[in-house]
Amino acid sequence: MKKMKKIFTVSTLRGLLSIILFVVLWQLVVFAKVPYLENLPYPKDVAVHGVEAVQSKTYWLNWEISLIRVFVGFIAAQVIGIPFGLAMGASKVFRDFTFSAFEMLRPVPPIAWIPLAILFWPTRELSIYFLVFVGAFFIVVINVLQGVSNISVSLKWAASSLGARPKDVFWKIMVPGSLPSIITGMTVGMGVTWNVLIAAEMIAGQGGLGRMTWEAYTNHNIPLIVVGMVSIGVAGYLCSMAIRWLGEQAMPWKKRF
Amino acid sequence: MAVSNGNSVMSKGNFGEVRLEGVTKIYEKEGVSHPVLQDCMLHIPKGKLTVLMGPSGCGKTVLVNLIAGYERPTSGRVLIDDTGVAGPGPDRLVVFQETALFPWMTVYSNVVFGCSVQGTPKKAIKEKAELILKKVGLYEFRDKYPSQLSGGMQRRAELARAMINDPKIMILDEPFRGLDAMTRQLMQEFYVGLFEEVGRTNLFITHEIDEAIFLADRLIIMTYQPGRVKAEIEIDLPRPREFHLLASPRFMEIREQAIDLLYEEAAKAFSSGSKAAYDLVGALVAQKGACKPTCTPR
Repeated sequence: MKKMKKIFTVSTLRGLLSIILFVVLWQLVVFAKVPYLENLPYPKDVAVHGVEAVQSKTYWLNWEISLIRVFVGFIAAQVIGIPFGLAMGASKVFRDFTFSAFEMLRPVPPIAWIPLAILFWPTRELSIYFLVFVGAFFIVVINVLQGVSNISVSLKWAASSLGARPKDVFWKIMVPGSLPSIITGMTVGMGVTWNVLIAAEMIAGQGGLGRMTWEAYTNHNIPLIVVGMVSIGVAGYLCSMAIRWLGEQAMPWKKRF
Repeated sequence: MAVSNGNSVMSKGNFGEVRLEGVTKIYEKEGVSHPVLQDCMLHIPKGKLTVLMGPSGCGKTVLVNLIAGYERPTSGRVLIDDTGVAGPGPDRLVVFQETALFPWMTVYSNVVFGCSVQGTPKKAIKEKAELILKKVGLYEFRDKYPSQLSGGMQRRAELARAMINDPKIMILDEPFRGLDAMTRQLMQEFYVGLFEEVGRTNLFITHEIDEAIFLADRLIIMTYQPGRVKAEIEIDLPRPREFHLLASPRFMEIREQAIDLLYEEAAKAFSSGSKAAYDLVGALVAQKGACKPTCTPR
């Protein structure tokens, strides 16, 4: 039944090889002094700075600061966005009242909210939470709404034939039925969240991986810029993995056996 | 007909009858009204298996939705045991064309869904569910999700989900569509066996003439747009039924009679350009050719 997961499959080996190839290519580019890329550091320099960084407390503090910002903003977006989307999907009246305004605000890029966010919120930290929230909120809502409207009418009919009251239909059909879309919304939302966070940190932040990268730039420490970029990449990847794991736990029926 | 063998899990023997009195259903589309059903009079008697046939567009599925309470007639009355239908309810259960099992619930949770939302005690549910799951041969698969079952198993799970509620009326809207021929035949035998054991009021909708005659106590043929009852045929084939019946002379006789009636309606649908009707006429022409080579199309 449950098989042990193999870690070193052909696919993972290929994946490792792709990273090695990338580093080799990078080395070659720097070595050949390709025009405009002369300032690019050697992978080795980055590695040295990276090793230095992971031994310092401030580096991990920056991780912590960024992760807390992502979690607060992202979770707020789920807590408000999922019920909002479900309500929009379940009630035509609510949808009629909210959808137009929602659709006008949705195309505004989260980064365009930065000036207002800084002006409105009393602390920088709150402004960044808010920006992260905006980044995920619209994506979550639109996905939940789509998820609810994609639930086949025969499932709702079947449920009410079996004696389900509207309350049961909502909790037992609409909510689990829109779960795949909620998870998709989370996955996409998480990506946007990191985009917004890094931009906000660079412009307005104190601390965090984005700020660290920006300060490396102002200090003209190019290897550290790259260390910052790699850190952001790893952080985003770990967050996506966490969401995927969450999705698998929440939707056991999607597993292939 | 074998009525409840004292087994309260399968049925309390509390069956209902359905009456449609002058039912009309009109859909408005871009200012044009399409009467799907017109002055439809229909009686589905207690404890019998009534099969409904007709070309696509004769309003079979609308009829199901009206009886189930998902839609309201434009005029006329739908009566269950002389009470008007006010909405969906567990006294009338529908088994849909495409599977309507809840994909996020295990087979067990699907089967007990009706009982649990109606607040039946957990212990009573479990006993009932296990008996029914054994009955449909899915006890071993109770913890699987619908997507892990074959098409035939999914249909049996749906039958179980409906039967556990002991409805007064079961409505099956082309339930075996999309199954391969072999599975379909086995499901027909399985289903007819269940019916013969319990003898509940059943309304079964199908496109397949052999399936219709094999299952039915009464066969109702609908007219093409607007839909109403064209003919009713009593199927006096003996029960219990098994597949050799398909080759019996009486079966062939009824089949020919039914095909003639259906052919008229299918031809009407055909000349109106319905694609599905085109397919049905094609099939009927082949069948007609096989049993009555001399006939000429009207």
